[in-house]
Amino acid sequence: MTKKLDGKVPEGKVTEKWDNHRFKMKLVNPSNKRKFKVIVVGTGLAGASASATLSELGYNVDAFCIQDSPRRAHSIAAQGGINAAKNYPNDGDSVWRLFYDTVKGGDYRARESNVYRLAQVANGIIDQCAAQGVPFAREYGGTLSNRSFGGAQVSRTFYARGQTGQQLLLGAYSAMMKEAAKGKVKIHTRREMVDLVVVDGKTRGIITRNIVTGEFEKWAADAVLLCTGGYGNVYFLSTNAMTSNGSAAWKAYKKGANFANPCFTQIHPTCIPVHGENQSKLTLMSESLRNDGRVWVPKKQGDKRAPNDIPEEERDYYLERIYPSFGNLVPRDVASRRAKESVDEGRGVGKTGVAVYLDFADAIKRDGEDAVRDRYGNLFTMYNRITDEDPYKTPMRIFPAVHYTMGGLWVDYNLQTTVPGTFALGEANFSDHGANRLGASALMQGLADGYFVIPYTLGNYLVTENLMTDKVGDDHPEFDKCLKESKDRFSRLLNVKGTRSVDSFHRDLGNIMWERVGMSRNKERLEKAISEISDLRKEFWKDVKVTGTDVGLNVELEKANRVADFLELGELMARDALERNESCGGHFREESQTEENEALRDDDNYAHVAAWEFSGDEQTPIRNIEELSFDNVPLTQRSYK
Amino acid sequence: MSSEEKQLTLNLKVWRQKDGKDKGQMVDYTLEGVSTDSSFLEMMDQLNEKLVVENQDPVAFDHDCREGICGMCSLMINGQAHGPESETTTCQLHMRKFNDGDTVVIEPWRARAFPVVKDLMVDRSAFDEIIMAGGYVNVNTGNAQDANEILVPKEDADLAMDAAACIGCAACVASCKNASAMLFVSAKISQLALLPQGKLESDKRAQAMVEKMDELGFGNCTNEAECEASCPKGIDISNIARMNREYFKSAVVSKS
Repeated sequence: MTKKLDGKVPEGKVTEKWDNHRFKMKLVNPSNKRKFKVIVVGTGLAGASASATLSELGYNVDAFCIQDSPRRAHSIAAQGGINAAKNYPNDGDSVWRLFYDTVKGGDYRARESNVYRLAQVANGIIDQCAAQGVPFAREYGGTLSNRSFGGAQVSRTFYARGQTGQQLLLGAYSAMMKEAAKGKVKIHTRREMVDLVVVDGKTRGIITRNIVTGEFEKWAADAVLLCTGGYGNVYFLSTNAMTSNGSAAWKAYKKGANFANPCFTQIHPTCIPVHGENQSKLTLMSESLRNDGRVWVPKKQGDKRAPNDIPEEERDYYLERIYPSFGNLVPRDVASRRAKESVDEGRGVGKTGVAVYLDFADAIKRDGEDAVRDRYGNLFTMYNRITDEDPYKTPMRIFPAVHYTMGGLWVDYNLQTTVPGTFALGEANFSDHGANRLGASALMQGLADGYFVIPYTLGNYLVTENLMTDKVGDDHPEFDKCLKESKDRFSRLLNVKGTRSVDSFHRDLGNIMWERVGMSRNKERLEKAISEISDLRKEFWKDVKVTGTDVGLNVELEKANRVADFLELGELMARDALERNESCGGHFREESQTEENEALRDDDNYAHVAAWEFSGDEQTPIRNIEELSFDNVPLTQRSYK
Repeated sequence: MSSEEKQLTLNLKVWRQKDGKDKGQMVDYTLEGVSTDSSFLEMMDQLNEKLVVENQDPVAFDHDCREGICGMCSLMINGQAHGPESETTTCQLHMRKFNDGDTVVIEPWRARAFPVVKDLMVDRSAFDEIIMAGGYVNVNTGNAQDANEILVPKEDADLAMDAAACIGCAACVASCKNASAMLFVSAKISQLALLPQGKLESDKRAQAMVEKMDELGFGNCTNEAECEASCPKGIDISNIARMNREYFKSAVVSKS
């Protein structure tokens, strides 16, 4: 039975909702905060900022990460920057414009109220990070520097060279370590959440597996915050880190948390192309490169000449040609799809023919090599290291790669999932980016959720649900039941004793996803994907080979557990893509396009969030709906011409 | 243009150690068909995939982002932290830097403060403890004034960013004959001492972090500069001089 989900959006004007709501929400008395325990899973921007802030308020925090240190979380790899509507450059920016751009950029599939709040708190993030000592880029007068970034017509992006994610994460990490020093945040490294414990409809804790010892552990708390990032690694090759996975979110899904818009994935246009069979991951280069680089392919098919031997008039600067006003700065989904189109037309470049050029010759001519080095030096060095080519002399080769997932756990305005007491923050939730995320908005959202949203909404939950007195400890039988189920699952994986490695299954799944649930989708291929993934999953449980034992470190076993979840999540993504018979943002259905091959939305039938409800293993899940209304940003067809 | 892709056969000598208590030993493996376009860690993946097929326990090593920024990968490669290429992490090192038939010796970071967890994986939580001792500005969420109220000269901001680029991989410790953590500690102390936001607490910070570093069993600096030479992010050794200044200053003004 399809349900209508209530996003619990507060009443009033969009500009006043958050202020009103903050006033109406219940507060936890300062001296009572120490009586609550909060579990934070993941220590990226969302998790670290939430841990630090909740601890500052007085809560006891248990923070878990999969790596050897919380500082390794994959937020660290974000390069380009973080948006805020400070309007320091005096170029016409405002909170309203940032809100407007984000709703429009998300192709009208995000919740307006959440996006407005995001734009509203963004300025505070910059202030907070600057106060922490994040070394943002500065002008000679000592003020903060801004640049324009992917799709924005104002310069609202703050940055720290090409390492903004690193610097913001280290800022949040340092804030968390400051609290760890006081003993209020306890950090548990090399732990993986393997189950969510729910008792009588309320979240009571989690089960983790200690990656080093293989032991399973029970953790009780009054609330659980899932800050576990996205699920891009379902594609095997992506720009995500090797351990980035969807398992924590998937366990929550199986315990009743709805999974929203799983098919909304972002394919980033400027990645280094695949080199061969043994490739383990893809490397992204900041799309700030598109500020100065010009994208082109040869006009002729199969033109194998070296790029510098192809004369100007035989090059097709296709983004500038098709989109004269935005040119090389069109949104990510548009840039990615157009690149794939050029390759499909046989105009791809490089040895594999699966790439397009990103050329800096004009920028170097105009501004000089030193100026270009100053802006992109570290990216050029990285490119050179990986490809052995010198981008100062020959154009870069780039190709799109899976980068970010806009879909995620469904949350209401308070960031609470459909399981009371389980909250999802950052990339792990679905709420702010709609069907396409704008550049430099992921860092903004992760930190907004952690520093400025959850500290308010969590308190309201704790008070409303009487969690001060209503406690369940880890001695409750449900904890033992969940622990045993997790243990059994891991021994099942070990006992398949088949013939194929975990990675070989992951690679096969990745191929299906990329070919059929990738940049361009249609009914036939999606239906095929669903049956292929289902077959692959059955084969996995019959034929996977996991070496080693369940005692001590066993990387193969860890991977097997994650891939088993990806084999279910991948199917849900295909199902969601199939049911959404419209194109929007990163979700491009070939059946729904304009005459000019642009994504064509169907607002009459699909101006809603699809939130999937688990209904049992190997059962078709239920597609619930949250209707979206656009009262402030009028629905228009995106046009970047 | 790029060099042509070739296939290499390598003789690997890899440190294998079951757990912290095991004595450990070097084990020889021959690996064929390694593409020169592969990264060093993709070569390790290839070795592991082969070991799994042969029913052997794969080699444990730390890695995550594979973009040279998370700081999780490590490895002493032929006696050099992160291998032969300067300012390059192991994950960004490519096999085209090796020749067909090469012998490659692969060992974990070795330092008293970093016990081996398994094979090539070590426990670097000592670095977290050092940061916990003072590697931050004491400012709670919500306390900040408008970001442009704190003016920072561009030169200082750039120097602070140079120091802040540290990824905490600990190559500096691994390549120092004293297993000193001074480059790591000084990078954080410098970053915060250079910025007005961090100045207020700079005395206390220098003392606390240096004391913690000593307590955790890291060695002293004898100016060999191996740390700087092996640092994948090019952190400058002048940060150690700045740390020493901060430390002496704090010793002079210390009230205790």
